[in-house]
Amino acid sequence: MKVLVNTIVNGAPVQEAVTPRSSLADFLRDDLGLTGTHLGCEMGACGACLVLLDGAPVHACLVLAVQAEGGRIETIEGLTETGAVADLQESFHDRNALQCGYCTSGMLMSAQALLARNAAPSRDEIRDALSGNYCRCTGYEAIVDAIAATGRARAVTAAPANTEAAE
Amino acid sequence: MKLPAFEYLRARSPEEAWQLHSEVEGDAVYLSGGHSVVPSMALRLQAPSRLIDISGIADLHGIAVQGEVLRIGAMTRHAEVMDNPLVARHAPLLALAAPHVAHPAIRNRGTLGGNLALADPASEFPAAVLALRAKIEIMGPEGRRHVPADDFFLDLYETALAPGEILAAVHVPLPPADRVFAFDEIARRRGDYAMVGVAAQADLEEGVVVDASIALFSVGFTPVRATAAQAALIGAPLSPESLARAQASLAEDLDPPDDPGFPAPRRLQLARVLLGRVLNRMETRP
Ligand SMILES: Cc1cc2nc3c(=O)[nH]c(=O)nc-3n(C[C@H](O)[C@H](O)[C@H](O)COP(=O)(O)OP(=O)(O)OC[C@H]3O[C@@H](n4cnc5c(N)ncnc54)[C@H](O)[C@@H]3O)c2cc1C
Ligand code: FES
Ligand code: FES
Repeated sequence: MKVLVNTIVNGAPVQEAVTPRSSLADFLRDDLGLTGTHLGCEMGACGACLVLLDGAPVHACLVLAVQAEGGRIETIEGLTETGAVADLQESFHDRNALQCGYCTSGMLMSAQALLARNAAPSRDEIRDALSGNYCRCTGYEAIVDAIAATGRARAVTAAPANTEAAE
Repeated sequence: MKLPAFEYLRARSPEEAWQLHSEVEGDAVYLSGGHSVVPSMALRLQAPSRLIDISGIADLHGIAVQGEVLRIGAMTRHAEVMDNPLVARHAPLLALAAPHVAHPAIRNRGTLGGNLALADPASEFPAAVLALRAKIEIMGPEGRRHVPADDFFLDLYETALAPGEILAAVHVPLPPADRVFAFDEIARRRGDYAMVGVAAQADLEEGVVVDASIALFSVGFTPVRATAAQAALIGAPLSPESLARAQASLAEDLDPPDDPGFPAPRRLQLARVLLGRVLNRMETRP
């Protein structure tokens, strides 16, 4: 029996009847056509399926669509459109931090959440934040570089505002 | 893999949960964070016909000091255990354990109650609640009871929860200001289940240990209280000598499984090394 689910996806209210066995990832990909959220292992190991649920990264393969009732979901499509991760994407591109790109949307979710918590993470902290994200292509170094560079760049852009506040 | 089909129902009250559970005796599973249930269904380790979502039950939410204890609701997510100031202050072993539990995104969904109810022997929180001498609040159709952590973890994935009962909260006795704590584990990679782990707390009077509580995990079918190692510490300062005595006593406390890839003597040796590290690092809470 299908269950009616109300969510806000990338800022727009969505009401859909879903089968309980549909994961949030299936719902986003198959029902809403948002295929930027990828599925690798479907068991919580690879991190390709990360989306933001109420602002925090979660595995869309491990959250049932019915569990997202009342939730606010942001996918890579939404974050791209608002420009929220434009600098991270730019930095990944500059540093060749993606090859096939399968892991990239998940990497960006983890990176965005990390930088929101910790503006200047160390390389160890970046690696720790990416512990649930597999990349089979790049060997991770470039991804860590790109995230560190974005953190530094965001600190510079934010600095003048801080000085003003201090005055 | 995609999940096998099932029926999904939301319980708004404990009574409703018991009712929905008893209707399909033996074939219903409660759903909290779902981060153990869903992967195990994807792997076809289980295929219940009904999932009962208990996350909306008000009783399972919230973190508050109640008299002599800190009550931490079952629905508290791992990420909140890690960041909540009351947990850091009154249940520091849980806060110290949290960064070792899985990966950041899993910590945003997994719940303390689901983790304890599952009772994975490699899991961090069960050992932390054992070392904290916490009590587990259980509610069922027959009423509410509070089970000491020492009597809660019975066997592999087996707890004092009777079928249909709900783990409502954890009650941690408020610690004195000068109690010292430490937690650590050895894992192949950060976020992996531990090869061995230790949670410990101790009370000292004039530099002498008067009480110690030590629990290990990933050393058997349940988290294990290290009774002999605790006794070895009492009556002396925390010194290289008393640490060595506690490490030597671990052989009496542990009977680790013999796995061809990870023989029992090696696990015991890792446990000794880790116990030494942890006892060297005992500190009052921040
Ligand atoms: C990739 C991955 C890595 C992980 N690594 C670790 C790790 O390193 N350490 C670790 O400890 N865990 C780890 N976990 C498990 C994770 O912490 C789980 O979220 C947690 O063990 C279960 O919590 P949950 O809320 O998701 O429970 P659920 O999956 O919802 O439920 C688990 C079980 O408990 C029962 N249950 C749930 N809540 C209650 C309740 N209130 N009362 C009675 N029964 C209840 C359910 O019926 C079910 O049988 C990992 C998980 C994944 C997917
Ligand atoms: S598809 Fe979700 S973690 Fe791999
Ligand atoms: S770029 Fe191919 S998996 Fe990461």
